[in-house]
Amino acid sequence: MGVVDEANVTRPDQVDPGVSARRRRRRGNAPGDPRNIGWLYVLPGLLVYLLFTLAPLLHTVYYSLFSWDGLTARTWVGLANYSEAIRDHILLISFVHSGVLIVFYAVIPVMLGLLLTAALTRSSIRGFRFFRTTLYLPYLLAGVVIAQAWTWVYDASGPLNRGLELVGLGSFVHPWLGDFTWALPSIGVIGTWFTFGLCMVLFVAGVQKIPRELYDAVRVDGAGAVREFFAVTLPGLRNEVLVAFVLTTINALRSFDIVYNTTSGGPGNQTIVPSMYMYQNAFLFNRVGYAAAIATLLALVIFILAAIMLRVGDRDEAR
Amino acid sequence: MTSGRFDRMASYLVLGTFALIAIYPIVSILFLALHRKSDLVTGFAVPTHVDLSSFKAAWTDGRFSTGYKASFIVAVSVTVVSAILSIGTGYAFGTMRFFGDRIVFPIMLLGIIFPYEATVIPLYYDFQNVPLLHWNLLNTYWALILPQIGQSVAFGTFWMRAFFRSVPRSLIEAARIDGATSFGVLWRVLLPQAMPAVLTLCVLVFTYTWNEFLLALVLVSGSESHQTAPLGLSFFAGAARAGDPTKVAAAAVLVALPIVVVYLFLQRHFVRGMFGGAIKE
Repeated sequence: MGVVDEANVTRPDQVDPGVSARRRRRRGNAPGDPRNIGWLYVLPGLLVYLLFTLAPLLHTVYYSLFSWDGLTARTWVGLANYSEAIRDHILLISFVHSGVLIVFYAVIPVMLGLLLTAALTRSSIRGFRFFRTTLYLPYLLAGVVIAQAWTWVYDASGPLNRGLELVGLGSFVHPWLGDFTWALPSIGVIGTWFTFGLCMVLFVAGVQKIPRELYDAVRVDGAGAVREFFAVTLPGLRNEVLVAFVLTTINALRSFDIVYNTTSGGPGNQTIVPSMYMYQNAFLFNRVGYAAAIATLLALVIFILAAIMLRVGDRDEAR
Repeated sequence: MTSGRFDRMASYLVLGTFALIAIYPIVSILFLALHRKSDLVTGFAVPTHVDLSSFKAAWTDGRFSTGYKASFIVAVSVTVVSAILSIGTGYAFGTMRFFGDRIVFPIMLLGIIFPYEATVIPLYYDFQNVPLLHWNLLNTYWALILPQIGQSVAFGTFWMRAFFRSVPRSLIEAARIDGATSFGVLWRVLLPQAMPAVLTLCVLVFTYTWNEFLLALVLVSGSESHQTAPLGLSFFAGAARAGDPTKVAAAAVLVALPIVVVYLFLQRHFVRGMFGGAIKE
């Protein structure tokens, strides 16, 4: 396959951190000799991190134990915010919406990326660098910018609706982002759009690392494209698929920028997501303690999901 | 390798189609921006001539000179400071063993996994009245810079540590035998080699910081002169879209432009950082 170019070849100065973490576990010991001077180098970075990232995180958990409007005195309520949260219909809906978004942000892009990669491993591609540049670009744009671009695509007189009219599907014209049924899938499609290129670039780069002999071997056996994909490509891309899936799932759960800048959670609560609901409670409804409880729950869900996925990935590898 | 011409054509067709899908929404907003309001753009309108009046209007009406300035101050400060701090932490965790290192490193990694969305509430209240010091940092650059350095250091530590671990031990030991101090080893031996890794880190941190929205929305909404470009775009879109969509489109292009330029010039750093960047996001 001719998709090779020098940026994809691993050199000693471009380590894959995921791999090195695993290598360390195998070796058992941290490198280097005992030198407590290490603290001198760690301290400045650690301090900023502790003060401005970890402390606020713990502070959020602390706030979640109070009833507070942000102005007057706080009242300790223990776990009352959490017992309210598990009964809160809107919060439940927001997590259901997150689940729908995971399908659009993670499942579809990973499958699409794999499909495209499978299509590409069969033959040599010249000019892949150009395609890679284009495919990866959407992922780098600010959420606010993406939201503006897609607000136009979905606009009443925008390209999508005009395109539907042009091909004679005028009855499918919708005010996409303002439609009770279509708003959430429309946001989902935005997620698919800015994620699939990332997955694909990741997978195609991964395919380069699969030894050519493996492909030659299955081809000698007369395997077709489908068997080749399941026997060689997919197992070879385990790590890439795992990284892509963890990353895109977390993106889906965190999504705030795009929702805020397209629908703000509406119409009604049709596109509300946990981070949006947290924002509303904290800064619009003045329910700071409750918002902190939502933030804590969201962080917990993300942490648990990431841990499970990485755990499953590790176990598969040991097998 | 045996691959028929048909296979190759099919591959190009597939790639081309999806590249088109990836680029179309970006091109469509660029086309919209190149029109003026009176053109009453609909659908797939392609501009017949280059008309930059929407960009001029967006730049002045949306006060993007202020937005650009704020975004550059914040993004450059965060990038430079977190790169320096991460070189330090990465060097220590990657080449030394010291008391407590195995506890402290995982604690720093937590910062990569946990969503920073969960930190904005206390940041908002604590910056209003900083504990013990009683300063009000809300609506200042500090409110955006400090938390983002914290998040970036978590990722930077992970990234730079991986680099320093990959350096052959013999290189460090040889320098020590020659009598180099720990700082001498870092400065003269390791750092020259680390420059590609550091540049990748800088490119990623700059991009994340430039694109950041929620912190800006919560922490600097109250001060027009501190609003970053993405926040400015969000407010501008809310106020101006109904009146003149071409102006909002131009504003969106302006916000995206610096990242696109950096991307086109330093593309391989984005791709190289993808694995690590993946985990940060």
